[in-house]
Amino acid sequence: AFPKRVKVVEVGPRDGLQNEKNVVPTPVKINLINMLSETGLQVIEATSFVSPKWVPQMADHTEVMQGINKLPGISYPVLTPNLKGFQAAVAAGAKEVSIFGAASELFTKKNINCSIEESLERFGEVMTAARAANIPVRGYVSCVLGCPYEGKISAAKVAEVSKKMYSMGCYEISLGDTIGIGTPGSMKEMLAAVMKEVPAGALAVHCHDTYGQALANILVALQMGVSVVDASVAGLGGCPYAQGASGNVATEDLVYMLNGLGIHTGVDLQKLMDTGTFICNALNRRTNSKVSQASCRL
Amino acid sequence: QESQASGLPEYVKIVEVGPRDGLQNEKVIVPTDIKIELINRLSRTGLPAIEVTSFVSSKWVPQMADHKEVMKGIERHPGVQYPVLTPNLQGFHSAIAAGATEVSVFGAASESFSKMNINCSIEESIEKFEEVAKSARNMNIPVRGYVSCALGCPYEGNIVPAKVAEVSKRLYSMGCYEISLGDTIGVGTPGSMKRMLEAVMKEIPLSALAVHCHDTYGQALANILTAIQMGVAVVDSSVAGLGGCPYAKGATGNVATEDVIYMLNGLGINTGVNLYTVMEAGNFICTALNKKTNSKVAQASFNTGTIN
Repeated sequence: AFPKRVKVVEVGPRDGLQNEKNVVPTPVKINLINMLSETGLQVIEATSFVSPKWVPQMADHTEVMQGINKLPGISYPVLTPNLKGFQAAVAAGAKEVSIFGAASELFTKKNINCSIEESLERFGEVMTAARAANIPVRGYVSCVLGCPYEGKISAAKVAEVSKKMYSMGCYEISLGDTIGIGTPGSMKEMLAAVMKEVPAGALAVHCHDTYGQALANILVALQMGVSVVDASVAGLGGCPYAQGASGNVATEDLVYMLNGLGIHTGVDLQKLMDTGTFICNALNRRTNSKVSQASCRL
Repeated sequence: QESQASGLPEYVKIVEVGPRDGLQNEKVIVPTDIKIELINRLSRTGLPAIEVTSFVSSKWVPQMADHKEVMKGIERHPGVQYPVLTPNLQGFHSAIAAGATEVSVFGAASESFSKMNINCSIEESIEKFEEVAKSARNMNIPVRGYVSCALGCPYEGNIVPAKVAEVSKRLYSMGCYEISLGDTIGVGTPGSMKRMLEAVMKEIPLSALAVHCHDTYGQALANILTAIQMGVAVVDSSVAGLGGCPYAKGATGNVATEDVIYMLNGLGINTGVNLYTVMEAGNFICTALNKKTNSKVAQASFNTGTIN
C-alpha cells in the first residue's frame, strides 16, 4: 500500500543550480524560488551558506535568503556545513537548516576533507546552536546506494550514519543516491536496514536519475512507507561524477507519477512546468523533465 | 535467490524491438546493411527475441521497405527468435517467403486509434488478424499479439481496462501465444498499469503477458517494475531507446533496453543478456543515426568510462 500523501522537497534552487554549468544571477534565483512558492510545494531548499570559494554559484546566499517572498506554510531550508554557516544563515533570516553527512569515508574525505566521525562532530556544534534557537535541522546522508570512490556501500553503514544524525536531533534524514547507481533491489535492502534505526516517518529519499532508475527507486521507497521525496524542477543539476550525465530526478516527472498513483502532493503540475520552462530559458538549456518535454509538444 | 525472496520472477524475457519499432520511429532512414549489422550485433548479446522488420507496404512505412532484404540478410543465431510484423495475410505470406519463423499482429484498445492507424475498426482488424492466425497455425508459425493504447490513447484519452482485457482476450483466443500490452504514448503510471493488468489477468494467463512501455513521460521503468511485481515476466524495450513518439514531437518513445537490464540486474533477475554488448550495439546504431543515445545507463557509463 502507498502513503496517501507525499511531501515533495524541492531542491532545484540549491542542489540543482549548484550543479549547473551556467551561473544564474541573483534576481533569477529569487524569481525561481518565488515561482516555486506558487506551485503548492511546501518545502523549497533555497541556498547554501557555504564559502563562495568552494561553491561560487551559492555566493549570493544572503541576498537570496533576504530577497525571496517567504510564504506562510512554506519552509525554506538552507544548507549549513558548519557553525559559521549556521550563524550567517540565521542572521539572514533562515528558519530551517540542513547538514550533509555521508555513508562513505572516502567521499567525506574528498568532499569536505575530514572523516565521517569528524564531520559529525562539526554538525554537533550546529545541532547545539540550532536547538538553542529552535531551528529544525534536516540531515542528509550521501552515497547511500554507492560511492564514486568506494563503489559498493553497505546498508549497515548507511543505517549507522543515519542513526547518529537522527540521534543528534535531525528531524528528518534524507537518504541520497548521490551517483544514481541504485536500483529497486539496493534501495529496498538499504531502507530495510535504515528502518531498523530510524522511523519511516522521519525518512526521505533523494534519488538521482543518472542511470534512469530514480522513479523506480522512489516507487519502492513509497511501497516501504517512505513519504518524503526530494526532487529538482526540470531535473536541474547534472552529475559531477559522470560528465554530461543527468543528476537530480525532475519534480515534474515525480509529481506526474504520484498523481497517477492517486497520492496527494498539493502541487500544481502545470505551474511547476511553467517554472521549469522559466529556469531552463534563463539557463539556456533544455529541460531534463520528460513530462515537460512531452507536454509542450502535444 | 534475491528476486525470488521478493516475489519477483526469477527470469525476465526481454523482447528487443529496436530494429523495428525503434527504427520505424526514427527520422533518419537507415540503409539495409546498417539494419542487418545492428541485428547481428544484437544477436550476440544474449537477447532471446529481436523484432526484425515489418512486412507492411512501403507506401505506409518507407523505413521498413527493405523488409525482404533484411530478413534474408541477417544471421540467424540458434535460440534467438526473429519475429516480424504482419498486418494482414499478404504481409504474412511475404514474410514466410522471406524466411520468417514468427510473426506479430498489432491490435488496439481504442477505436479511434485503430481507425487513424490502419483505417478500420477494432473488429475489422481482428478479422484480418484471424486470417493471419489461421494460416500461421496451419504452418506452425507462432503469432504474438500487440494491444496498443493499453494505458491511454492520443485521440480518445482515457482507455478503460475492460476494453484492453476484451481485445487481449480476442487476440489470445485466436491463437496468439503472447500478448504485449503497449503504453503507446507513455502516459501510464504505476497506478493505471496496475488497474489495467488486474483486468487483463482475469482473461489471460500471466505467463502469456508482456508489457511494452514507452518512456515519453519518464514513467517506463516504474511501470515495468509494477508489472514485474505483479508477475509479468516479458518486457519489450529498444536498444538506446530508439524510436521517438510520433504523437509528441521531440519527445522520447521506447524505453531503453540498457536501462531495463540495469534495473533487472539490480533486482537479481536473470535476463541472459550482457549489458555491455547491448551498450556497444546501441553505440553503433547511434553513431550510424548521428544521434545521442536515449539510454541513461549508456550516457552515464560512457562518460565515466566505467560500467557497473
